[in-house]
Amino acid sequence: MVKINGELLEKDGKTVTEMLSDMEISGQRVAVEINEEIVPKAKYDETILKDGDHVEVVRFVGGG
Amino acid sequence: MPIPSKEEMYRALEERHGAELQKKLDIASVAVCGLGGLGSNIAIALARAGVGKLNIIDFDSVDISNLNRQQYFPDQLGKPKSDAMRDTLERIAPYCSITSYNVKLTEENIPVLLKDADIIVEAFDRADQKAMLVNCVLENLPEKYLVSGSGMAGIAPSNIITTKRITKRFYLCGDGVSDVENGMGLVSSRVLICAGHQAHAVIRIIAGEFDI
Repeated sequence: MVKINGELLEKDGKTVTEMLSDMEISGQRVAVEINEEIVPKAKYDETILKDGDHVEVVRFVGGG
Repeated sequence: MPIPSKEEMYRALEERHGAELQKKLDIASVAVCGLGGLGSNIAIALARAGVGKLNIIDFDSVDISNLNRQQYFPDQLGKPKSDAMRDTLERIAPYCSITSYNVKLTEENIPVLLKDADIIVEAFDRADQKAMLVNCVLENLPEKYLVSGSGMAGIAPSNIITTKRITKRFYLCGDGVSDVENGMGLVSSRVLICAGHQAHAVIRIIAGEFDI
């Protein structure tokens, strides 16, 4: 199980790209951190979620 | 009337904030990226609090559509925001060391232009640009504190705007959902609330108070 934004989900073995796609989130407007480390955008395809990972997906919206 | 001396202004701040906090504010260096509704209000709050060094950056010029929420004056229309904000900050805090850049921040220039700041404030307008800055800072300048704002459009209640600590050095303010692209305009009071959250997060970090 992977904790994503505080919620335990069965995403073990998925890549960051797959996780974002499951969440219907565009990769252009997010920042993803796993266990307090930023995941570089260039590594979304190759970074695989592991059991026990703490993932934060920050979605940005417009306005400022 | 002549303006007060540097010492007089410092003493007035010290009386209000305490000597220990004022010393920390005085030696702090903060970069404000984007000088729109968030950034112009954040920069003013930090200058008033006595932050010693401010680096303010925007590539845009003052437009009539900004005046509903951004800290500019009708007689500044057409001026680069970095220049207009610098003029205002110099009136508010004449002894603050201000660096201003009239440039668009990119993945190439962010590591160079922001390298001297202790704390970086993301105050952009567009969601993709917010994400670009946040990713770029977290990847390239991991020793910096970063305070970002997302979700403050419309007139939803004040109290759903919060400050979250996403990771040790990354704070996120806003309601996270109120998107200007959903047809909700930006309203001065609500943008100010988010700007206040961001400015206050910066001041707490400077004070060494990292909890939210």
